[in-house]
Amino acid sequence: MRRFFAGRLAQAVIVVFLVTTITFLLVHLAPGDPISVALDKPGVTEAVRQQWREAFGLDRPLGEQYLRWLGNAARGELGWSFSFRRPVRDVIADALPRTLLLVGLSMVFSFALGIVVAVLQTERPGGRRDRWFGRILLLLYSVPDFWLALVVLLLFAYRLPIFPPSGIVAPVVHDYMSFSGRLIDRLLHLVLPVTTLTLLATAAISRHQRSALAEVMPSDWMRTAIAKGVSHRRAVRRHALRNALLPSITLAGLYLPALAAGALFVEKVYSWPGMGLLAANAIVARDYPLITASVLITSIAVALGALLADVAAAAADPRIRVS
Amino acid sequence: MNPSAALASILGPRRTLSRLLHDSRTRIALVVLLIVALSAVFAPLLAPYDPTVQLDIVRLPSQPPSFAHPLGTDPYSRDVLSRLLYGGRISLAVGLGAVLLAMSFGIAIGAVAGFIGGAVDAVLMRFVDAALSIPRLLVLILVASLWGSLGLVPLTLLMAGTGWFAVSRLVRAETLALREREFIVAARALGASPMRILVRHVLPNVAAPALVAAALGIANVILLEAGLSYLGIGVRPPTASWGAIIQDGAERVSDLWWLTLFPGLAILVTVFACNALGDALRDAFDPRQLPRGNDPTFAAEA
Repeated sequence: MRRFFAGRLAQAVIVVFLVTTITFLLVHLAPGDPISVALDKPGVTEAVRQQWREAFGLDRPLGEQYLRWLGNAARGELGWSFSFRRPVRDVIADALPRTLLLVGLSMVFSFALGIVVAVLQTERPGGRRDRWFGRILLLLYSVPDFWLALVVLLLFAYRLPIFPPSGIVAPVVHDYMSFSGRLIDRLLHLVLPVTTLTLLATAAISRHQRSALAEVMPSDWMRTAIAKGVSHRRAVRRHALRNALLPSITLAGLYLPALAAGALFVEKVYSWPGMGLLAANAIVARDYPLITASVLITSIAVALGALLADVAAAAADPRIRVS
Repeated sequence: MNPSAALASILGPRRTLSRLLHDSRTRIALVVLLIVALSAVFAPLLAPYDPTVQLDIVRLPSQPPSFAHPLGTDPYSRDVLSRLLYGGRISLAVGLGAVLLAMSFGIAIGAVAGFIGGAVDAVLMRFVDAALSIPRLLVLILVASLWGSLGLVPLTLLMAGTGWFAVSRLVRAETLALREREFIVAARALGASPMRILVRHVLPNVAAPALVAAALGIANVILLEAGLSYLGIGVRPPTASWGAIIQDGAERVSDLWWLTLFPGLAILVTVFACNALGDALRDAFDPRQLPRGNDPTFAAEA
C-alpha cells in the first residue's frame, strides 16, 4: 500500500509540475504581457509601463522568471490581481470553498442518483425501461453545460419565479433575516446550481455504472446466485452491485475534470461567486495573474481529488495495489 | 480498393454492418447529421440574410421570431436563422478537422510507443497520463484567453492538440497486445517492415475502437467550441457560431429567450447524434457485451 501511494503521489506531483510549467510558458508565449493589458489606458506612457515591468521583474531572463514563479507558487504567492486590486491568493481563498460546496453536493447527489438509475436499468437489460433511461441519459450527456443552466434558469427563476436566479444569498435583506431565515435563504440559492450540476454529472456516472454492472453480470457467481433461486432483481441489487461499485470510486476521480468544467459554466450562469465565475470574469477583464492562478488551483484540486480517489480504491480493493 | 470494400475492411464481417444499420440509433443519427451537414454546406443558399450584417440597428434589434425573421434577431439586429445556418459550418468544421487531426496524431504516437517500447514508451505514456488528468477546458480557456479570440484554423489545431491523448493510449495498448501474436511474428519473419506491419496488420485492428472514439470526440469538440464561444473566447466575432449566438443573449435570457433556445437545440441535436452514433458503433463492434456506457478513458477528455 505504501509503495502504491508513493507512486501515485509522485504522479500527482508530476502533473502539478507540468501544469505550472505549461501555464508559465503559455503566459510568456502569448502576445503582450500582463502590464501592457493592465495599464492599457490613455495617459500611461511606455516609460511608465517599463517601470512597472521592472518592478514586477518582467524584464529579467525567462529562466530566472520561471524559477521565481515556481518558488512563489510553491509558497502560495500567486501574484496581484489587477481587476480586484487584491492579492490573487486572497481572492481565491474566498472563492474556492464556495466551489467545493457546489461540486461536493452535486457529486454526492449525482452518485446516489446515478447508481439507482443504473441498477433500475440492469434489472431488465434491453427492456423498455432500460432503453428509455438510456435515451434520456444520452440526451443529458449531450447537453451543453451552460445551455442546460440557462434553460433551468429561464424556467424556474424567471418564467416560474420559484428560486432566486443568482448569487449565494439574497442581496441586502439577507443580513436582516433570522438564523433559520438565513439558512433557508442559502439553501434556496443552492437549489438551481446544484440541480443543474447534478443532472449533468448523473448522465455520465449512470452510463458508466451501468457498464460496470454489465461487466459483472456474466460472472460465475451471478449464475450461481440465479441458479440458487435468487430473483434476478435481488441478484442485481445484492450481488452484482457490490462488485460493480468499486470502479465508481476511480470514476469519481476521473470525472473531477468534467465536473470542474461544468461548475465553471454553472457558476457563470447563476453568478455563483466561486472559482468558475472568478475565471470567467478574469477572462473578460484580461486579468492574467488571476486567470493563470485559477487554472493552476483548479488543476491542483483535480489532481488531489484523483489521487484521493485512487488511494480510496486501492484501500477498498487489494488487487489494485498489486497491479 | 473500392469504397465499399474499404468500409467492409474497417467494419469487419457483414454482420457488424447489418447490426449497425438495424440499430435505430444509427438511422436517427445519420438522418440528423445529414440534415445538419447539408444545411451547413448550403448555408449561403438557405440563409435569408448575411449572418454578420447588422440589418437595422435602430428598428430591428432583439426582435422575437416573426415571418421576416423566423428565429428572431439579436441585439445587433442580425438575423438569427442566418447566423444559425452559418454557425453550423464552424461547429462541423472545427469538430471534423480537430478529430481527424487528433486521430492521426494519436494513432501515430500510440503505434510508435507500442512498437518501440522501452524508454520511449515510458516517457510518452507518462506524459499522456499527466495530460489526461489536466482538465481540457482549462487548457483551452488559458490559451484562448491569452491570445484573445482565435481564428478558425488555430482553434481547430488547439482542439486537436488537446484531444489525441486517449486515442494514443488505446492504440498503444492494442499494438502491445498484437505485437506478440503469431500473425505479426510471422509477418516480421517474412521480412515485413515495421511500417508495413503497422499499416496492414495493426491499423485494421484498431480501426473499430478508433472510429467509436472519433464519433464521441466530434461531439466533445462541438461542445467545447460552443463553451468557449459562450465565454466570449471562441472564434473571432462577428463570425457566427452557435455558442456565440447564445452569448449574445445570455445576459438577458428572460427577455431574449430565442437567442438561447434555438442555437442550444442545434448543439444538442448535433451532439446527441454524434454520441448516439458512437454508442451504436460500439455495440455493433462488440455485441457480446450488454450495450456499454462511455469509456472512462474518454470521460477524462471531456
